[in-house]
Amino acid sequence: MKSMWNKIINKYGYPKVYIVIFLVILIITAIIQRQDIPGLFRDSIVRIGMNSVLVLAMVPSIASGTGLNFALSIGIICGLLAGCISIELNMTGFSAFMTAVVVSIPMSAVSGYLYSKLINKVKGDEMTISTYMGWAIVSLMSIAWLLLPFKSPEMIWAIGGKGLRQTISLAGRYDKVLDNFMNIKFMDMNIPIGTLLFFGALCFLIWLFMKSKTGAAMLASGDNPKFAEASGINVDKHRTIGMVISTILGGIGIIVYAQSYGFFQLYQGPLMMPFVAISAILLGGASAKKASISNVISGVILFQMLLTISLPTINKLMPEGNLSEVIRIIVQNGVILYALTKVGGSD
Amino acid sequence: MEKKIVLKLNNIEKEYFGNKVLKGVNLTVKAGEIHALVGENGAGKSTLMNIIFGMPVIHSTGGFNGEIEIDGNQIEVKSPKDAMDLGIGMVHQEFMLLPGFTITENIKLNREITKHNALSKILGPSLKSLDIEAMRKDSKKALDQLGMTVDDWLPIAGLPVGYMQFVEIAREIDKKNMKLLVFDEPTAVLTESEADKLLEAMKKLAGQGIGILFITHRLDEVLAVADNITVLRDGEQVGALTHEDATVEKIAQLMVGRKVERIEHEIMQQNESDEIIMSVKNLRVDMPGEMVRDISFEIKKGEILGIGGLAGQGKIGIANGIMGLYRATGDVLMNGKKIELNNPKRAIEDKLAFVSEDRRGVGLLLDTSIEMNVVMTSMQIQDKYLKPLLGLKFFSMQDVKGIREWGNKMIKDLDIRCTGPAQYTRRLSGGNQQKVCIARALTLEPEILFVSEPTRGIDIGAKKLVLDLLVKLNREMGMTIVMTSSELGELRSICDRIAIVYEGKIEGILSPKASDVDFGLMMAGEYSSRSKEVV
Repeated sequence: MKSMWNKIINKYGYPKVYIVIFLVILIITAIIQRQDIPGLFRDSIVRIGMNSVLVLAMVPSIASGTGLNFALSIGIICGLLAGCISIELNMTGFSAFMTAVVVSIPMSAVSGYLYSKLINKVKGDEMTISTYMGWAIVSLMSIAWLLLPFKSPEMIWAIGGKGLRQTISLAGRYDKVLDNFMNIKFMDMNIPIGTLLFFGALCFLIWLFMKSKTGAAMLASGDNPKFAEASGINVDKHRTIGMVISTILGGIGIIVYAQSYGFFQLYQGPLMMPFVAISAILLGGASAKKASISNVISGVILFQMLLTISLPTINKLMPEGNLSEVIRIIVQNGVILYALTKVGGSD
Repeated sequence: MEKKIVLKLNNIEKEYFGNKVLKGVNLTVKAGEIHALVGENGAGKSTLMNIIFGMPVIHSTGGFNGEIEIDGNQIEVKSPKDAMDLGIGMVHQEFMLLPGFTITENIKLNREITKHNALSKILGPSLKSLDIEAMRKDSKKALDQLGMTVDDWLPIAGLPVGYMQFVEIAREIDKKNMKLLVFDEPTAVLTESEADKLLEAMKKLAGQGIGILFITHRLDEVLAVADNITVLRDGEQVGALTHEDATVEKIAQLMVGRKVERIEHEIMQQNESDEIIMSVKNLRVDMPGEMVRDISFEIKKGEILGIGGLAGQGKIGIANGIMGLYRATGDVLMNGKKIELNNPKRAIEDKLAFVSEDRRGVGLLLDTSIEMNVVMTSMQIQDKYLKPLLGLKFFSMQDVKGIREWGNKMIKDLDIRCTGPAQYTRRLSGGNQQKVCIARALTLEPEILFVSEPTRGIDIGAKKLVLDLLVKLNREMGMTIVMTSSELGELRSICDRIAIVYEGKIEGILSPKASDVDFGLMMAGEYSSRSKEVV
């Protein structure tokens, strides 16, 4: 029994095992409470699709050795900006969504490149720097959102006629274009096939990239920069590639998120979003030094199911206060804390 | 008059994880005696010091056997603090000084002279103020004892290195009951004149009745000051000499000895070819701790060239410099063509391969599979093990099948013990990790293979396998090998020629059959001066 437990811990790591146990307890509690179980699962799947690409964005940054990308907000902001541009162009439907994606890519690439210049100068402290960099950019952009010359009445404040709104509704634009694409009903559940397919396609592309020559060099730079240097690999260049891809995925990720959620959230919206993505991939079994596509998939499923199911279940157990939110904060930050204590250790 | 015995070691034995590093060492130091302890790296000098000084590393690895007597009383040294209380002082090779503090403050650190003030009378002695006057007086006295005239209120930062060494000694002799002072290679960082001054100071201290234990590998210094000399080799006490009957040759021979039986098939025939594959001229490498200062030598095609010498003398820096891992200047010509320095990529493209001495730090991707470790460099530099994606040349993908095949072949050829080519190298034993490193170098199909410390940190059985492998590569595939190693026995067992590096320069090149004396002299940097005397 004990050896089996150790085996499981060794294979999956503490966070994953404990969260799975916790999740099972929650589901049992939900059944006992006669919650709407199919409904909970439906919500879970929607949220999994919604967050998936943002979590995937962590893989290239971790694999290239720059650690958890706490500055994913930079990519998110590029995505938001691209989304606003697509609305300003008065586009709708799937083409609007794709326009937003296409416009976001060069913006993310450029900002990811510039940001990696900084990151390559602070080797060893990437994660501290990126945390504050992310926050600083969000605040800087809070000024920019007010000043940018967008004109579309859907987006700017009704009073004053200047500056973008806090929340921009996508209803009538591309609200749920992916979620509703090839939507099938299964046991009374709407499964957002489009979003999951889109996520799957991106996963495949990243997987393919990891299997390429450049991908191999990037993984080597991340695993052991000294080895890479001695093998004639340009470490800085491959860290830059990792960061650029991560930022691009962040931009695409927020557009996918927004079409499912139905809103763009500007200003402080992107502030904590990297943290949600980071805890998800860590729960999936990734560390600050190693991550794979399977970590992304299992992580985003675990984390989003936990959030969705804990909300009604725990609130019913303890109606006073919002304990489920407290649990989310404990899990989300606890797993980041755990991962950070493991950096450079256990050897 | 018989002098009092300060320190007596009886039959000291110590094991590290089943590996005996000290095999019954006896040693006595009398008051006013300078006792030199000499030996190669790894002979057990530092371990012996750690035992005398009660370092925690000794106790955390299972303690030691034998007895230590101080002033005739058997004692137990449990911690460095015990040692200090017993009157044992240590002058470290690396300075343990606070750069921002003054000389006096450093000398008196944690032993400050204090006096009461109004506050401390109420709130207790930890708030007493410093009696700077008395402290400076004491420091001056200690510095005077060493014959040093320097303002004791200067900060340490900015002092010449030699002075720092003296401050460190002053700190030790300022302790009231100092009986025994241990010098751990104190002259390693000093210039010649500074070293002379230090030796003088040591004599002066001995004259005042302090026993001195002096660890070094500079044999001329030993002869200059030591009254008695103990030689260690592989944890064994191989010689105890007095000042009168010691000569440099004698000590050198004892130090080196003959350690490893030669591997059977070695030296089949001396390499006849005199074709020079690489010539190195005026190479300087800026590698911290292993500086190479102006080295020139030639590598013959098809030979195994050994590079030996004591730690820190620069032997490690040579291969690292040629491969472009550390900043280097000078000319390296291969087959008459110049090799670009400071560019690892170009070095690999020019058919050089390197197995690093830092296996886990530089040599391996620990969290990556064996097969990827083996092909990575070749894939990145030589574009091997790649195939285009859907016929598009621009996207080069890894050739999964080819990599697997080559990985399996290497595992079979080099007999790498593992669960399969996809196993992470972190989980392999040291010897097998080393084989993976060699496999990676072989995949590059190099003309010259540089191997640094190939047997460091691996067990004896695996050591032999690795050495056999190198010989096989050389004899059967005609590969030119340059092997750097701290273990002279190992070099002598497989190399055709051995270059000994001393203070960043080549002291000389010897045949593996040369005498122990010659090797010992070269490692101690005494060879050139001695041979001149003979001529």
